[in-house]
Amino acid sequence: MPSLGSDMQAGTLVAWHVRPGQPVKRGDIVADVETEKGLIEVEIFESGVIDALLVDEGEKVPVGTVLATLRPAVGVGAPAAAAPGPRLAPAPKPAAPSRPETRAPEAIRRPPAPARRLRATPLARRLAAARGVDLSTITGTGTGGAITKADVERAAAPVVPAAVAPAAAPAVPVPKEALGPMRRAIAAAMARSKREIPHYYLAIDIDMSRALAWLEAENARRPVTTRLLPSVLLLRAVARALREAPELNGFWVDGALRPGPGVHIGMAISLRGGGLVAPALHDVDRKTVDELRADMLDLVKRARSGVLRSSEIADATITVTSLGEQGVDELFGIIYPPQVALVGFGRMRERPWAAEGMVGARPVMTATLSADHRASDGHRGARFLAALARMLQEPEKL
Amino acid sequence: MTRDEIRSLVRSALGEIAPEADLEGLDPAASLRDQLDIDSVDFLNFAIGLHSRLGIDIPEADYPRLSTLDGCVAYLTSRSKSP
Repeated sequence: MPSLGSDMQAGTLVAWHVRPGQPVKRGDIVADVETEKGLIEVEIFESGVIDALLVDEGEKVPVGTVLATLRPAVGVGAPAAAAPGPRLAPAPKPAAPSRPETRAPEAIRRPPAPARRLRATPLARRLAAARGVDLSTITGTGTGGAITKADVERAAAPVVPAAVAPAAAPAVPVPKEALGPMRRAIAAAMARSKREIPHYYLAIDIDMSRALAWLEAENARRPVTTRLLPSVLLLRAVARALREAPELNGFWVDGALRPGPGVHIGMAISLRGGGLVAPALHDVDRKTVDELRADMLDLVKRARSGVLRSSEIADATITVTSLGEQGVDELFGIIYPPQVALVGFGRMRERPWAAEGMVGARPVMTATLSADHRASDGHRGARFLAALARMLQEPEKL
Repeated sequence: MTRDEIRSLVRSALGEIAPEADLEGLDPAASLRDQLDIDSVDFLNFAIGLHSRLGIDIPEADYPRLSTLDGCVAYLTSRSKSP
């Protein structure tokens, strides 16, 4: 069971996407796991052939539990298992002799794995977990048959009067439900951050007139399917500015800074109905603006209405958050441990701006940096913000 | 395409970005952004969803006309008639 966040204790294996004997390659989605962050697709990080599945569907196990064993693709027993067409044959597996016979029929009956997944919105899943409702018993009424919050509430409805009825014990139930698993996870991570990380905070005002003018011209000649958003430029600018301040991109682990293996930007995405996730956009420094745009639209859509992948949950090396659309001028965020920095963007608002002896009205945005003083100093943080402002003056180069 | 057909396509595009939303209970004259808590990324996905359903490319300058359900229907009806 992978750790999908520093405060995750356990996860529930909801569904397997592979069978014993099936070859897999690095990055394949092998299972769905329910965590406090919602349903996550677990990717495998090595290639080989699935040997045995050690955890049953529906089982909740602690982080670190071995979920399955994997054989090297060209191992001793591999060809034998792979020979009879592993994709189709639900081979009555010699691989797991200790498992009860009931597993085999279950595997045989199973239709192609993805079709089996219950479609439910993230909010519905969280509510179902909090109320102990089995999603498989509910018929969804949302788009494409997805189970929505209202469906779960209907299914849970008979429980509510029962819980309310015994007026004798009024103290217990309400607060626990109000504090769902995601809220508890956020509370734990943020409390740990403020307890352990000595934050320092910096801010800079950035003239956005060039960036916005470039975007407007660019979007005027792009069809809606390839149109850009300001946030794409902001993410690219952050990734490039990090080259000048690599101490801000990584993790503080065991008393030392461990540099990030790439620039994987966690994008803070608020969920309807409350809560927050910050899944990673991978290798933002190496993607083109168009690749990043497509990835970002997909990531936000999946975060709010679908399923995230384990690498997206676990890999972010820095977080970017924006409250500009909510009308906030500037924000100073709390670092998500074990990361060492967080970049915040406020709204772009027209402000008097003095330049070259003239005052004019320009769109201005305040960018902020919250950084871990154990890993970097204010001087480096200032260089980062200055680089960020500079990058945004040359949007065509992003 | 009739207004009712367009209205139903608009609802289905909204359902894709906000599956939680009570689309039947939407105030057709009030801001979609406020009612559905959608941001610019959701809105772009919505515009792409309309494009894939209706084949109409919506220029950025016309976004304000899509701010309400009624606005969407009126705008898309006029666009689907023009050549």
